Amino acid sequence: MTVVLIFCGVLLVTGAVLVLVRLQRGPTMLDRTIALDAFTAILIGAFVLIAVATRRRDIVPILAVLSLVGFVGSVTIARFAAVEPEGEGRILTREEVAALERERLAAEDAELAASDDEHHGGPAQGEVTG
Amino acid sequence: MSTLLDVLAAACLVAGSGLALAAGVGLLRFPDLLARSHAATKPQVLGVLLMLAGLGFWLRSGPVTSVLVLIGLFQMVTAPVAAHLVTRAGYRTGKVTSESLAVDELTQDLRSALHKEGESER
Repeated sequence: MTVVLIFCGVLLVTGAVLVLVRLQRGPTMLDRTIALDAFTAILIGAFVLIAVATRRRDIVPILAVLSLVGFVGSVTIARFAAVEPEGEGRILTREEVAALERERLAAEDAELAASDDEHHGGPAQGEVTG
Repeated sequence: MSTLLDVLAAACLVAGSGLALAAGVGLLRFPDLLARSHAATKPQVLGVLLMLAGLGFWLRSGPVTSVLVLIGLFQMVTAPVAAHLVTRAGYRTGKVTSESLAVDELTQDLRSALHKEGESER
């Protein structure tokens, strides 16, 4: 039985790693949701393997909880799914984030230079009374 | 008898784990949302049921088996709901292209419904 358990564990871990790769790549939020659902199913399988290996019966309630609660997240995400612009769901690389940040700072500087500096702490103008 | 049940449990566990691996490969290689959903729902129902059957054959105790049957029923109720809602959201946000489908009755029905509505307004 030990050989069978190790073989099953290898299959499950390989499947889980492939699912995680899909979870990272996306391309849309709904693809990630589907991958998350599959991951929950694989998690149930892993708990079954632990229960078989140790002959523990107290793991069985964990399976019930996982099978009942596992779908709540994906239903919530599906409820609030919106049209995403092309490429929006991708995780940006470090260089892309740096380029975006430079662009934002340049835009801020341009805006500051364009606005007149008269009302930003210049000397008092006109007659000062009191 | 007990050896037979042990072998049956091992076979169920191996089959369930194999479905998990198949889901991983399918999720990674299939091109669009509906195909990936098809691959991902295999271990959610059949895979989990096989693993639970394996655990039941291995532990061979009445109370545990009844709870395992209940878990299988929960999984058969919740997994289709989640898959249906996710693919429905995908269709509504335009992630399903009609050209990649062999049969697309929903788009046809929506078109004919819109057509009828337009006629009745005239």
